[in-house]
Amino acid sequence: MNFEFTEEQLMIKDAARDYAQRELIQDVTERDEKSIFPEKHIKNLAELGFMGMMVDPEYGGSGMDTISYVLVMEELSKVDASVSVIVSVNNSLVCFGLNKFGSEEQKHKYLTPLAMGEVIGAFLLSEPEAGSDATHQHTTAEDKGDYYLLNGTKNWITSANSASTYIVIAQTYPEKRHKGINAFIVEKNSPGISLGPHEDKMGMRSSDTHSVMFTDVKVPKENRIGKDGFGFKFAMKVLEAGRIGIAAQALGLASGALERATAYSKERKAFGTELANHQSVAFKLADMAVKIENARNLCLKAAWLKDNNKQITIASAMAKQYSADMAMEVTTEAVQIHGGYGYVKEYHVERLMREAKLTQIYEGTSEVQKIVISRDVLKD
Amino acid sequence: MKILVLISNVPDTTTKIRFTGDNTAFDDSGVQWIINPWDELALTRAVELKEAGGVDKITVANVGEKSTEATLRKALAVGADDAIRIDTTANDAFYVAAQLAEVAKDYDLILAGIEASDYNGNAVGGMLAEMLDFNSVSAVSGIELEESNFKITREVDGGSQVISIGGPLVAIVQKGIAKEPRIPAMRGIMMARKKPLSTKEPVEGVNKTQMISFELPPPKTACKLIDEENANEVITLLHEEAKVL
Repeated sequence: MNFEFTEEQLMIKDAARDYAQRELIQDVTERDEKSIFPEKHIKNLAELGFMGMMVDPEYGGSGMDTISYVLVMEELSKVDASVSVIVSVNNSLVCFGLNKFGSEEQKHKYLTPLAMGEVIGAFLLSEPEAGSDATHQHTTAEDKGDYYLLNGTKNWITSANSASTYIVIAQTYPEKRHKGINAFIVEKNSPGISLGPHEDKMGMRSSDTHSVMFTDVKVPKENRIGKDGFGFKFAMKVLEAGRIGIAAQALGLASGALERATAYSKERKAFGTELANHQSVAFKLADMAVKIENARNLCLKAAWLKDNNKQITIASAMAKQYSADMAMEVTTEAVQIHGGYGYVKEYHVERLMREAKLTQIYEGTSEVQKIVISRDVLKD
Repeated sequence: MKILVLISNVPDTTTKIRFTGDNTAFDDSGVQWIINPWDELALTRAVELKEAGGVDKITVANVGEKSTEATLRKALAVGADDAIRIDTTANDAFYVAAQLAEVAKDYDLILAGIEASDYNGNAVGGMLAEMLDFNSVSAVSGIELEESNFKITREVDGGSQVISIGGPLVAIVQKGIAKEPRIPAMRGIMMARKKPLSTKEPVEGVNKTQMISFELPPPKTACKLIDEENANEVITLLHEEAKVL
């Protein structure tokens, strides 16, 4: 067992931290307020190699491990979870699946520009009536011989408007239920695709979220990922890896909130002394620190398992459920330590709290993670 | 055209400074080390010049123990082509300059940060130029390559001065030389491992100074607020406590 990071991993963490603390912080409040997509930042992060971190270098990626990815997600999320969710979706939900399951042609045509950050990607699974319950896909992909015909609606799609490449999950053989599901690479500018209005969200307001409608959208046969009927398994494999990214995002929201609460409690005085000298505040900080360290260990363990090609289903579910729920608690406490200042935008912690809420919901709610975990606990 | 960038390994600028041994030595336990911020800007400018064409190689050099290699590898990740570490303790500007002179003599342009953020010595660059009998310019905030000369912008009181000077040159650079220190891209970080980092034995040299003791600045005292009605008290305090009146 070795808890030491390599020199490269630390350098990558520093690079992410430098970018977040120097650049993202500049306009994060304005982008949150006005829901402005962070185009410039995504371009810069792509140049630094953050958009296709774990993709093989031969397909334009940086070839890094998942440990580095966790470190990067934590550092970016301390400042800006809108940017980090765009990074996470591109890395874990889009690039990871294509890198692992895509054909050689698909990798050259679609993965390379995604990994280099020339374009960004979106992952389309959720539907108006199928979020956590992913087996019941209403979007259909009818086999028409040399192409598929897509019809249906997808909901809550991160980067729906900014992305050029979609990974779409749809049902080809309804009678086969989840075994009839397929995954497709769909170009966003295909005829028949239209977008719902920009969702006006509580947090992560600088990422663009829309519903996406498909009306007789033709998808070439060669854009199906894997064998016929592989789609559900594909989605599950991608999501279980993706959870590590969101778990690390939640971790970053919490550790960012702790950094702010710690600094504030050393500056602000009440009853004649700094807040930090009041045990009620100091103990809160201690509790926060322990929870964050727990989450960090869960995230890094899941990442380590993935890097060593071991089973990650349970480890990533645990990391995500614990980190997300912990982030909600810790960011709430950070607001509490800030008192009235915590409730105004200037001090950032109210935004971190709004953003933390989403980590308990997307890429599998905390309840869905508990289904996964409890089934494992209860299995004979 | 070969550029040498001198790299000082310094504590992170947010480090809490403590001393040991009865205030005679800096306590480096738990300290995070970084590239001296002025050297980092110098390196960034060197990389920009190389990207614009006309520079064949950028070398970074440091005088220090093995523990400083992480800092040199970061410089390689940012874009230097190779690194040299002179394996000895850097505790005196004259000694450091004498070590660097051995390495620096083969370069056309040497960039040195105007000072290191640890001891603010502001000495190595100038000494090095003297030892090598190279041209040197200080307070450099801009550098461009011309056909056979360097076009240098330097800060002077209330404005700036543009000069043209031949090489070999030691440019002692300050803020403005590059907009912001460059963040290493992941590709650079991965490539850094494969770039040469060589170690050289120190040449004989003398330490011309000796550290006697350190002293921390007095802690900041809290701000006193005085009610509007007692404005006169300000005078009393300035007179009796601050003793400035």
